[in-house]
Amino acid sequence: MWKTILRRLLIMIPEVIILSILVFLLAKAMPGDPFTGSINPKADPEQIHHLMKLNGLYDPWYQQYWHWVVHLFHGNLGNSYQYQEPVSRLIAGRAGNTLWLALFTMILTYAMALPMGVFAGRHEGQLPDTVIRVYTYVTYCIPFFVILVIGIWVFGYILGWFPTTGSISPNANGWAQTIGSHLTHILLPGLLGALFGTVNIVQYLRSEVIDAKHSDYVRTAQSKGVPSKDIYRHHIFRNSLLPIAAFAGYSITGLLNGSIFTETVFSYPGMGLLFVNSIIYRDYTVITALVLIYGILNLLGTLLSDIILSLVDPRIRID
Amino acid sequence: METANNFLRIKDVSTAFKINGQYYDAISHINLEVHHDEILAIVGESGCGKSTLATTIMGLHDPSETHITGEIDFEDTDLLQLDDAGYNRFRGAKIGMIFQDPLSALNPLKRIEDQISEVMTYHTSLSKAAKHDRVLELLNQVGIVNPQRTARQYPHELSGGMRQRVIIAIAIACKPDLIIADEPTTALDVTIQAQILDVLRDIQRENHAGIILITHDLGVVAETADQVAVMYAGQIVEKGSAKQIFDTPEHPYTRSLLRSMPQLDNQQDDLYVIKGNVPSLQKMPTKGDRFAPRIPWVPASAHEADPQMHEVVPGHWVRCTCYQTFQFPDEGGVTV
Repeated sequence: MWKTILRRLLIMIPEVIILSILVFLLAKAMPGDPFTGSINPKADPEQIHHLMKLNGLYDPWYQQYWHWVVHLFHGNLGNSYQYQEPVSRLIAGRAGNTLWLALFTMILTYAMALPMGVFAGRHEGQLPDTVIRVYTYVTYCIPFFVILVIGIWVFGYILGWFPTTGSISPNANGWAQTIGSHLTHILLPGLLGALFGTVNIVQYLRSEVIDAKHSDYVRTAQSKGVPSKDIYRHHIFRNSLLPIAAFAGYSITGLLNGSIFTETVFSYPGMGLLFVNSIIYRDYTVITALVLIYGILNLLGTLLSDIILSLVDPRIRID
Repeated sequence: METANNFLRIKDVSTAFKINGQYYDAISHINLEVHHDEILAIVGESGCGKSTLATTIMGLHDPSETHITGEIDFEDTDLLQLDDAGYNRFRGAKIGMIFQDPLSALNPLKRIEDQISEVMTYHTSLSKAAKHDRVLELLNQVGIVNPQRTARQYPHELSGGMRQRVIIAIAIACKPDLIIADEPTTALDVTIQAQILDVLRDIQRENHAGIILITHDLGVVAETADQVAVMYAGQIVEKGSAKQIFDTPEHPYTRSLLRSMPQLDNQQDDLYVIKGNVPSLQKMPTKGDRFAPRIPWVPASAHEADPQMHEVVPGHWVRCTCYQTFQFPDEGGVTV
């Protein structure tokens, strides 16, 4: 198993190289530059020209790419044009916020989705199942950012239950208040993210439970005289949770992608918001670094899914 | 005095399935008895209700989708009056069931040992160690060469024949009085079939169990059965001892079935084919002989209006009177 994991990690190297080239080129392909309008709207074009030259932005792309890679290997992701500070420090400062939000969303998502999916599957065709299905269809039909905006409007402005921007209140003093303030700030984005994230899992789990319910091995268990409560516990739950467990690896990366919407709408200072802002300001160094990180996380998520699956399903052994 | 040996009586049992809000009989008015130390074979084409009868005895139908009437007396209890919890005292303990498809009948995520000992958990008070010993004993009994190893394996690591043996081990783990085997050999190749049938017969002798063997394979019936019931379109059309059914088949359906079986000493060019199909549930005729449409050359007057079972010789029953005059077309039976 360790051998396979190592091999998979090695295969990731060329994948990451190709990814980095693509990322770099795509960022460069965007029209505009990092300086126009950011210094002074009336800045002299000559001056901008000079800055571009100074930063090597007129060099051929492969030279620029090579510079970037060499710096990358020295642990240097470059300086942000917008913030004038090292990209690594910039991202490190935001990663914590994103991680907490993602973790919170994920826990909430599974805590809501698992009981709902199993319940709906178990009571297929009955009223609670219909209610849950209507909920998933409706939620799935609404774009995520619309859900976020409506959520802010209803719970943030009208009801005023949650803060609507930021990751912490500026008045928070001491560790207790700091943690409390952090929590209240991730509550609403986390909840709304989970609301949206449950949809896929609920529908998937529901159909898995229904499939398992009608499977031959469940009929075998019935003919053993196993009470239906225990059939659910020992046979149906575990078997239908299998694909969900495999899904978990992917869902981590899904959450990071989702954070782009959430953080933007909530002005929550995490990697997602940083990403959107860097695109707006053509902050190339930040964009490429972030997309690379997202890409690597995606690859790791896939590997994680495969590992989880091999741990929970005896039919799949990677060796 | 009869109950001593006559431990399962199926009296006038009908099972109807709900299709688009309406109930249709899958089996109607079945009467059967099973005795200890006896193998009763139920034969018939696909779709004639054999498996429905088996799952009805096991109580495996969803009560909201099915309507069951009649009586199933098993050791002085009418199974049809039991609730689910009551039924669970019989399932696995006193009635064991062997399923058709060994590939899907085992839970893919559980070790063989756990799947066999599960049935003992609910019906015995054996300790963990005792259950383990019993699992090995059972695996040995069903002819698995290395029980220690197999017990630790998962279903996907076993061959089809091995899995069917495991399923038999599950069915007999609590020494049931009745074993229902629903096409236990259909999914297996011929050499394995014979071995599995041997295992079943040995177990029956050892446990003095009664076996209901459901099959569409007349070869299997001839080899193993003591009693035979022939089903067509949800009804029993003929029943009797295996000897009676094979030596003097009476009902046109039984005769057609036997005639469509390849035989070594009768090398005709073409096998006999019963024309048509078993009608689907919605299209099941409600009166008259259900087999009549498939022997169209027989005049309507030969059939009974409401076909009943007639005892030809003691113990040998045939439905409808058409058997008295029935002939195949090549025997001069074409009269219409």
